[in-house]
Amino acid sequence: MNAMTRNWVVVGSIDDIPRQGARCVKNGDMTIAVFRTADDRLFALEDRCPHRGGPLSQGIVHDGCVTCPLHNWVISLESGKAQGADEGATQSFPVMLDAGTVLLDLGAGG
Amino acid sequence: MTQKRKLVIIGAGMASGRLVEHLLERDPQAFDITLFNAEPRGNYNRIMLSPVLSGEKSWADIVTHDDAFYAHNAITTRFGEHVVRIDREAKTVHGEKGSVPYDDLVIATGSAPFIIPVEGRDLPGVVTYRDLDDTNAMIAAAEAGGKAVVIGGGLLGLEAAAGLKERGMDVTVIHLAGHLMERQLDEAAGYLLKRDLEGRGIKVHCKASTAAILGSDAVEGVLLEDNTGFEASLVVMAVGIRPETRLAVDAGIEVARGISVTSALTTLNDPSIHALGECVDLDGQLFGLVAPLYDQAAVLADNLLGGESRFVPKELATKLKVTGVNLYSAGDFAEGEGREEIVLRDAMAGIYKRLVLKDNRLIGAVLYGDTADGPWFFDMIRNGTDIAEMRETLVFGQAYQGGSPLDPMAAVAALPPEAEICGCNGVCKGRIVETITARGLTSLDEVRAHTKASASCGTCTGLVEKVMALTLGDSYNPAAVTPVCGCTDLGHDDVRRLIRAGGLKTIPAVMQALEWKTSGGCAKCRPALNYYLVCDWPEDYSDDYQSRFINERVHANIQKDGTYSVVPRMWGGVTSSKELRAIADVVDKFAIPTVKCTGGQRIDMLGVKKEDLPAVWEDLGKAGFVSGHAYAKGLRTVKTCVGSDWCRFGTQDSTGFGIRLEKFMWGSWTPAKVKLAVSGCPRNCAEATCKDIGVICTDAGFEIHFAGAAGLEIKGTDVLCQVRTEDEALEIIVALTQMYREQARYLERIYKWAARIGHDEVRRQVVEDTDRRRACFDRFVLSQKFAQVDPWSERVSGRDKHEFRPMATLSMEAAE
Repeated sequence: MNAMTRNWVVVGSIDDIPRQGARCVKNGDMTIAVFRTADDRLFALEDRCPHRGGPLSQGIVHDGCVTCPLHNWVISLESGKAQGADEGATQSFPVMLDAGTVLLDLGAGG
Repeated sequence: MTQKRKLVIIGAGMASGRLVEHLLERDPQAFDITLFNAEPRGNYNRIMLSPVLSGEKSWADIVTHDDAFYAHNAITTRFGEHVVRIDREAKTVHGEKGSVPYDDLVIATGSAPFIIPVEGRDLPGVVTYRDLDDTNAMIAAAEAGGKAVVIGGGLLGLEAAAGLKERGMDVTVIHLAGHLMERQLDEAAGYLLKRDLEGRGIKVHCKASTAAILGSDAVEGVLLEDNTGFEASLVVMAVGIRPETRLAVDAGIEVARGISVTSALTTLNDPSIHALGECVDLDGQLFGLVAPLYDQAAVLADNLLGGESRFVPKELATKLKVTGVNLYSAGDFAEGEGREEIVLRDAMAGIYKRLVLKDNRLIGAVLYGDTADGPWFFDMIRNGTDIAEMRETLVFGQAYQGGSPLDPMAAVAALPPEAEICGCNGVCKGRIVETITARGLTSLDEVRAHTKASASCGTCTGLVEKVMALTLGDSYNPAAVTPVCGCTDLGHDDVRRLIRAGGLKTIPAVMQALEWKTSGGCAKCRPALNYYLVCDWPEDYSDDYQSRFINERVHANIQKDGTYSVVPRMWGGVTSSKELRAIADVVDKFAIPTVKCTGGQRIDMLGVKKEDLPAVWEDLGKAGFVSGHAYAKGLRTVKTCVGSDWCRFGTQDSTGFGIRLEKFMWGSWTPAKVKLAVSGCPRNCAEATCKDIGVICTDAGFEIHFAGAAGLEIKGTDVLCQVRTEDEALEIIVALTQMYREQARYLERIYKWAARIGHDEVRRQVVEDTDRRRACFDRFVLSQKFAQVDPWSERVSGRDKHEFRPMATLSMEAAE
């Protein structure tokens, strides 16, 4: 498979995720957090803070970012990058919303 | 030692308050001062009554001199007592409760509101707007809701209207002239103001002449000359004031419209009697704004101490204190022979500026919408600056002159030292700079204390801060108020106050009304706002779980590896074989790796997987356990010793009382965690003296302690009070907790909050003031009706299921 391969997988319905909240998708050993913002945009990040591995899915979602519950790092939902003075990034995944169904692109890396 | 002169002052208004300050500052030994006031209270900042009415400030915020001040300076106060007459022969003032001789007498009786002589003016529900009693009457009327009519569209009337609207009344302003504030504004600005007020839901009727006030037992409405009628359960008369001169007239002192005085502020026919403030008439001119009154106070103080100062009236600038309306006017802006004007309008931005010129000099300015250049124009009016060279760009303001950038800081830097910064107190830039430098001042409060700049109406606070920043450079830390977070400039106290004043009951409503700078807040402000709303509106607010930190959202403590710890409540630290067996079974069933005793006398199970939490709680619930809230900004533990049940030293049933407290208070949310302890004797085995609230039992009863800490900081408690019975102790502890819930900033522990507001203040509110204590207690009880629900059993029965399960589990095959 090359890097451009799309591998869309249905993970559930948008109604499963609370606004300004997240749900987890277990994918083998990896946990992916799917976030829903106040204005119903969806994002997916590996559920691991680049700092000390905290579960980002448990953080407070605000303005396109999530604050890690362990040490308050703020991570961009779009890029997975740490904001402000902190450095680091977590893997992000493309998400698609199709008539209320949420699909994740697990890509070539799976 | 020379005999002190006897000085009697009639009236404790803003001018006489300032006079007293000047006298004490110059020579505290010169006078024996007696201060009469018909109002049953001392000096306060009367021009801040409008913020009190709208709920933005409290009465305590605007008191300028309290009882301690008068006591400390040995001033005899005769508050709540009317002066009956002045006997000039005997140099004696006769009050209702006795007479006082004087060497010097100052009449500072101020003014009385003008009552329009129409039918119905004496009906209950018709009020004036002059003092605190009027303000309180309006607040009380507003609580009943309904319709209000304000007669008079001047400064005071509009502030009253805005305040009543803020408090939820349906408000109509009726005004005799063709446009609002006709003495300060021209017609165009009056129109913009009318439009702004109407945009806020205040109805405005100009050219409206009142014919009668209707009603039989109480006011029911207002009728105009043209037969238009308005329903009203409250009518505020704010049509003007007249100098209060009765005492002077009766004593045979010369009076015109006000009490006639020389420029030394001495009456014309009695050299030992002086007049000060709004009751003064100098060559036919009256004075209603605060700036000239303060000037008068300084002049009179100097003359009383043997000086020869003269009072010279100056040009005045006016601002309207209605939140969100920017309005500034200064000088003379009437049209006239030889006058030219420059007008700038920006309808979209709601900006109107009009400058009136004569002989290349600015003589008047009206600014609406953008008032930042007000002081700059005012300065030119007062100095008679020749504006010929900047005429073309004058109306655009200071930033356009000399190519300097549009930077408010640069604008302040460019002001000359004699430019006035604070109009109320007549403080110029140079004076502020000098005082900061000479006294090494670093905070706004200090600058206010030493110069009075921004200490009265406060609208120049921003300018004063800029002067401070320019003078102090990097060493100025404007964080006198630390904002809640980057989403707002408001501090926690302001946010709490405005939530209550505005009746804001959802997080989006708070963000909208308080002009949050981000669309949805952040991880700092959202939990704080959620707490404030939970605390202030227990009956109405529905808790926003997405604004809670994870621990409070899932009712367990997150650990470093993303697992959770579970701590069930053990009331007062007492357990049983049945409970211990249930815990042992849960630990085995879910293979919980660590079991540990906590510092708060309970058992912690660490390393529980999130998915297992509901099942763990279900098993614990069957044994009678509820959540221990070990994760909450709320009531945590009540630690106890065995007390009189077992201990040979025990004086009271400390275990029983601890359990009673815990059962009463569990489930309550607080600004930060709250830990209690009850020790059965002064040996203090429950370590009550380092808790947020502690109790030491003695033979005589209960010693209640508060404001301890044993974490990042270590702090022993202070004794709050001693009480005889358990019931009294419970009421005081609960009231203290509620007071803390209502006043503290989010994440502020009791010891920090108490240090900030003062331990004596806490004692005053929850120990001495029994009515207040009882009210606090009742509010806590009400709040508990909604808070005392076991969150674990709620979740066992299915609430927030999504929190504990993955949305999907993809098979390994699908992932490949």
